[in-house]
This record gives sequence, structure tokens and C-alpha cells, in this order.
Amino acid sequence: MQDLANIFIKSIFIDNMVFAYFLGMCSYLAISKTVKTGLGMGAAVIFVLGITVPINYLLENYILQEGALKWLNPDFESVDLSFLSFIMFIAVIASMVQLVEMLVEKFLPSLYSSLGIFLPLIAVNCAILGGSLFMQERAYNDIVEATVFGLGSGVGFFLAIVGIAAIREKIRYSNVPPALRGLGITYIITGLMGIAFMSFMGIKL
Amino acid sequence: MSKFSLLSKKDKKLLSDPLDDNNPITVQVLGICSALAITVKLKPAVVMAISVLAVLTVGNVIVSLMRKMIPSRIRIIVFLVVIATLVILVDQILKAYVYDVSKELSVFVGLIITNCIIMGRFEAFALANPPYKAFLDGVGNSFGYGVILIVVAFFRELLGSGTLYGYPVLKNLGIYEVGYENNGMMILPPMALITVGILIWWQRARNEKLIEEK
Repeated sequence: MQDLANIFIKSIFIDNMVFAYFLGMCSYLAISKTVKTGLGMGAAVIFVLGITVPINYLLENYILQEGALKWLNPDFESVDLSFLSFIMFIAVIASMVQLVEMLVEKFLPSLYSSLGIFLPLIAVNCAILGGSLFMQERAYNDIVEATVFGLGSGVGFFLAIVGIAAIREKIRYSNVPPALRGLGITYIITGLMGIAFMSFMGIKL
Repeated sequence: MSKFSLLSKKDKKLLSDPLDDNNPITVQVLGICSALAITVKLKPAVVMAISVLAVLTVGNVIVSLMRKMIPSRIRIIVFLVVIATLVILVDQILKAYVYDVSKELSVFVGLIITNCIIMGRFEAFALANPPYKAFLDGVGNSFGYGVILIVVAFFRELLGSGTLYGYPVLKNLGIYEVGYENNGMMILPPMALITVGILIWWQRARNEKLIEEK
């Protein structure tokens, strides 16, 4: 149990998707103009990461890894399909996003209208593929750990995007140098937020 | 004679626009994720720029050749398949020939797949233009991307570790003896963002038509 809490806290604060690895930057910059859209995007990312990371974990451990096909037939022990992992992961992500979009549209129309345009965008959000690739690199012990890692990374992204959206809403009233307006100042603020987040690095878990 | 030259005026614009007026990173805001993460040292930045050049140029040509056959409803999946195939090729080549760099880039080679610059150019350009133009657009945009990557990596490596491409420049110049010390801050991820922010500031101060409206 404590391990799970560790993974959760670590993936939110220390290995924050946005501030430590710059994943999901494109949507982070494009969709953080107001807090409302930021909330929608953040929620959608938590949702999709929480689903795709465990699925890709299963895929990785029962199909792709070297010797993972043993359960099918002992002869396959030497088969190593890990070079296919990129294409498999992205296929899972793209189809899951499509599926989730259809389900949400059918059963939760109010959520759909608020997430609406963000769901398809998520298929090409690097934070999602990044989540799966980090899961592969760090080799978690079981599916529960992988799920917790996925959810934690999503929450980290959520915090980052809501935070920057709130700052951008306020900064509209201040006098930014013209050449720095918009994109430039957003980069610099994100950098400063990143420095603040670095202080979590000292925490030993 | 000039009528038959290899590059018409329009073609030249395709190549030069992404370097400044329409730079993928500082103006179109595409492909930032990978650009920031691998700019601690020059070497991975150069390798990344070359990988993106290969994937984007070849992918642009492939998509442009298929542009009349791709049904628009499933185009995203088609794009992803084209990109993923090319990225797997690049990844295997890197692993085979420059293993240490491939280790350093770790997941970021895979993340070329979701690098929005590639998807963005497919969608915005290759889908509507013939292969030769798409090829030029791919080359132009990857150079625009590579230039920013290399400039950022240059400053971060020089100020952060005192080396350039692994070569100890500052040590050989004898600057440390005067009391200079490396700025460890430049190696940390947030400084990449601030460096790009300053680059944007400089670019827009010089090129005033890029300034955003209030």
C-alpha cells in the first residue's frame, strides 16, 4: 500500500509530466487560455492515462516483451516483439480514445459537451504515449502499480494545466513587453513554475 | 532558363519561411515537448534534429503521394501508422549505430510519433500538396525545428557544463582559473523553457509582425 502511495506522489510531483519531462507541452500551451478549458483538458488526460497505461502494461507483459509469449506456447520463449511497441501503443491509444469518446457521448452527454473537442486531441498528446513508454522503461511490478502511475501522471498534468491557466487569466491585466506577449511570457512562467516544482526533488520516497 | 530552375520562388519560400516567419517551434507552437527535453547537450539535439528531418521529409512525401486515397474520417490513424513505421526504423537504426545517444534520448525517439510538428505538417500541408512541394516543406520545417534545438542546446551546454559537443571549450580557454563556475541551473529542465522564452522575445523584437495582439 505504501509503495502505491509512493508511486502516486512521485508521479504527481517529482516526475511531473509537464515540468520534469515537458510532455504534453503542445496541448498545455494551446488549451490553457482559460481555467475552464484547462479543467476539461486536465480531466480528459487523467481519464485516458488511467485507461491506456494498464492496457499497454498488459500488452507489454503478455505479448511484446522478450519471452512474453510463453503463455501461448513454450516454443515462443525466444520471440522478442519489443520493436513493435511504438506502433502497438499508439494503436491502443488512438482506438481507446475513439472508444472512450463514443461511450462518453452515448452515456454522459453533459460530460461530452464539456470535454468535446479535447478528447480527439488527446490521441496525439505526447503525455499519453509518454506515460506508456515510461511505464515500459521503468518496468512496474504489477498492473496495479502501472494504473496508479498512470493516474498520478494524469493528476500531475491536471495540476500543471490548471495552474498555468489561472496565471494566464490574471496576466492579461499586466503590462507585458509587446514582444514577449502571449507565447513568450507563457514559456517563462512555465519555467518558473518548473523551478518551483524542482524543490520536490529533495523528497526521498 | 530560369523557368526550369530546380527551385521556383514559391519553392524557396517553402524552404525559408519555417526558418523565421513561420518557425514550427516559436510561431506555430508545434513539437515543443521533445525540443525542450533533449537540449541539455548538443549531441542528442543534433541526432534528434536529424531523426525528425528523416521522419518528417519521408512522411510528408508518403502522405502526399497517398493524399487522394486517404478517407478523411480515418486520416489520423493513417498518419499514425505512417509515422510509427518510420519512427521504428529510425529507432532501430539509432540503436544499431549510435547506441549511447539512443540511450540518452530514451523515450523521446518514440515520442517523435506524437511530435505535433509531424502530425501538424501532414494535416496542414502534405494532405493538400504534391509530393515535391511536400518534400520541400518537410525539409524547411525540420530545419526550422533543428535550428532552435541546436541554438538552445548550444547555450545550455556551454553555460551548464562548459563543453561544446563534449569538447571542454571553457577549460581549454582557461576561464575557470579566473574564477568562473558552471551554472548548474542551465542543466535543469526549467531553464530550457526560459531559454526558448528569451529566444522568442528576441525573435519577435526583431520581427515585429509576429507580435501577438493583446
